[in-house]
Amino acid sequence: MARDAVTPPECRLDDESERSGTLALSGLQIFKLLPKTNCKDCGFPTCMAFAMQLASGKAELSQCPHISAEAAAELGEAAAPPVRKVTIGAGDMALVLGEETVLYRHEKRFEHPPGIAILIDDSVDDTAFRLAVDTMKAQEFERVGQVLRAKLFAIESADAAKLAARVKTASDESGAGIVIMSEDPAALKTAAEPIKDRKPLLYAATTATFDAVSAAAKELAVPFAIKAATLDELAELGERCVAGDFKEVVLDPMSANLQDAVRDQTYIRRAAIKKKLRPLGFPTIAFPCKMTGDAMLKSVFAGVFVAKYAGVIVIDTLDPAQVMPLLVLAQNIYTDPQRPMQMDQGIYPINDPTPDSPLLITTNFSLTYFTVAGEIEASKVPTWLLVMDTEGQSVLTSWAAGKFVADAIAVFVKKSGIEEKVNHRKIVIPGYVAQISGELEEELDGWEVTVGVREAADVPRYLRGL
Amino acid sequence: MAFQAPTETYKGVIRATDLGGVAIGGETAFPFHTFEGEMPNDPKLAFEVWDIAPDDWSPELEVILADVWADPVAWAKRAVDEFGAQLIYLRLKSTDPNGAAKASVEAAATAKQVVESVDVPVVVVGSGDVEADVDVMKAVAETLADTPVVIGNAEEDNYRPIGAAAMGYKHGVVAFSPMDVNLAKQLNVLLSQLGVDEGMIVMDPTTGALGYGLEYAYTVFERDRLAALAQNDAKMQMPILATVGQEAWKAKETKVTEEELPGTGDRKTRGLMWESLTAVSLLLAGANVVVLRHPESANLIRQAIASLKGE
Repeated sequence: MARDAVTPPECRLDDESERSGTLALSGLQIFKLLPKTNCKDCGFPTCMAFAMQLASGKAELSQCPHISAEAAAELGEAAAPPVRKVTIGAGDMALVLGEETVLYRHEKRFEHPPGIAILIDDSVDDTAFRLAVDTMKAQEFERVGQVLRAKLFAIESADAAKLAARVKTASDESGAGIVIMSEDPAALKTAAEPIKDRKPLLYAATTATFDAVSAAAKELAVPFAIKAATLDELAELGERCVAGDFKEVVLDPMSANLQDAVRDQTYIRRAAIKKKLRPLGFPTIAFPCKMTGDAMLKSVFAGVFVAKYAGVIVIDTLDPAQVMPLLVLAQNIYTDPQRPMQMDQGIYPINDPTPDSPLLITTNFSLTYFTVAGEIEASKVPTWLLVMDTEGQSVLTSWAAGKFVADAIAVFVKKSGIEEKVNHRKIVIPGYVAQISGELEEELDGWEVTVGVREAADVPRYLRGL
Repeated sequence: MAFQAPTETYKGVIRATDLGGVAIGGETAFPFHTFEGEMPNDPKLAFEVWDIAPDDWSPELEVILADVWADPVAWAKRAVDEFGAQLIYLRLKSTDPNGAAKASVEAAATAKQVVESVDVPVVVVGSGDVEADVDVMKAVAETLADTPVVIGNAEEDNYRPIGAAAMGYKHGVVAFSPMDVNLAKQLNVLLSQLGVDEGMIVMDPTTGALGYGLEYAYTVFERDRLAALAQNDAKMQMPILATVGQEAWKAKETKVTEEELPGTGDRKTRGLMWESLTAVSLLLAGANVVVLRHPESANLIRQAIASLKGE
């Protein structure tokens, strides 16, 4: 039966707004203003290629060293990415934000996962502060080959000397990026100065303190945040940032509850991307830890900000049972839908297998791996799982693409080293590729090939019945 | 400069659907976009109940349920009276041909007892065995002829008999599709061609838990809702049910102790976070009903929904 297909993946909600109010130029318009020498100094092969990247917000005009002043003025604002890139912190822990180009991840992808910041305020005594610094330093989680961790401290104090001391200690000893929080611009500057090369974020300029905070940020060459209780006021502050040519800015719309948060984050992202509104074309910071008193609910609120566009998400716990799930959520939401997460090819022992334990094989699509591995774990049957690199494709897809087929599997099994791990020569293949069993047995000399189950959910029963 | 709010207008609306006295759907904008549309009905919290005691659930669930889970009526009552369940999602697991393989009529009789003992609507699903579920749902539909429920799951390979059973006895039906926008739509089309009233269909587009495919479910839900709202696709406007608890509590992270998984903190907190974050993400992507297992994560999710509604 012919499938009645749903709309194409690029769902555009409002085509009218897509066109109106847009400042951006097309790739061709930009090209006309470039030197047209194809010198490659920008890192792209031709001026045209560079122009196309500028048009899609994937390159910065400053990458071209030969652009004329007039052309730069004309292109400058129009060519910048709709959400400016902001870097907080330095080295391994540097957090890059911004450069987002879509509202829904299927339209392309979300670029930079949000940074989790741990709040240290005046309610935290010195002992707890030391413990937090040590804990943060050591706390990382590995998942699908990526190391996940909170990368920031948010340090707040009404006491300028204490603020400066804690900022310095936290930065020196944990290596984390620092959000420096104070109402007093002078205190922000004093605390930031000694660690300015590690790019702390000054939080925050208000309408009243904008000049002092932005001047400090400019002098120290560090990013700063602007905060306002309404988007009107925030856009006005943003306009002052644009006028003053401040590029590394973070927005706090001070949302009172999650309803306002979804509205504010959505409006900011839409204004930046669909309306090319420069004053709101910056990443955001959110404080779920200040929106409720319940410790776990704060982390659930933080999850809403992960899904809904926030750049820095401030929580006030280092409990790994809360931090790790939030980091996994950020990893999930920011996975490129066009490039599925992949597992490393290799041998995965599950439930402490012995040389006599059964051997199963599957592909390295992370979802396939997690589902199969999860079911094997649940079965409690000690098992060897061979995971073959199929460029992240599932069993059926990679079989259809000629990757998960008899000759390739045979070569992989022989080279995998599994023959040294097991003292039998029996391999179970997924039920969905039953048709390759005969050919695989021919290719895999001395091996017995068994067809297993089609669905991962049936794996435990299958293993228990072996 | 006055900031001009970049609102969107949507052409479509999610079908307002009555599940035996509990209204879901009806939203005229993306989930929780109350700044540009209506969300007349809050998403609902359903609790999962089995007709047979589970043998592989997390110890964190065992500790709160083990004294009732051999008795589905007591379990369902606890979910409603103590956990605040707005719906019961009854899984007739006993009918699994590879498990207890109980007779359909027996399971249907249990379903009837559960339905009669609680005052919230009940969704009755089979074991998930595509063939066995046909017989089970025929028995359920007939046994509960006087009390409308929602039966399921109707899938590509069994939607005809299960859809017909639902139609014949005026029950709603859960349309289950494997994490794909086009397959979800196709099943809705097939069910409606069969004659099932589109207002009686609830979609289950497959749930992936945090860390185990959540991003796929998240994006399929978002695309389902965009098709319904932005494209006004009538065959995609059914409300969505997400089996959050079932997937979240399957994750290793909800089952193993800190000794077995060093540096990951208390298992209970981990489990509650796993279920809550999976639920909240999918609510933001378009779920109208989340099926849960733990009352404490339900409390967190309930409070998050309240805040999302500005309460």
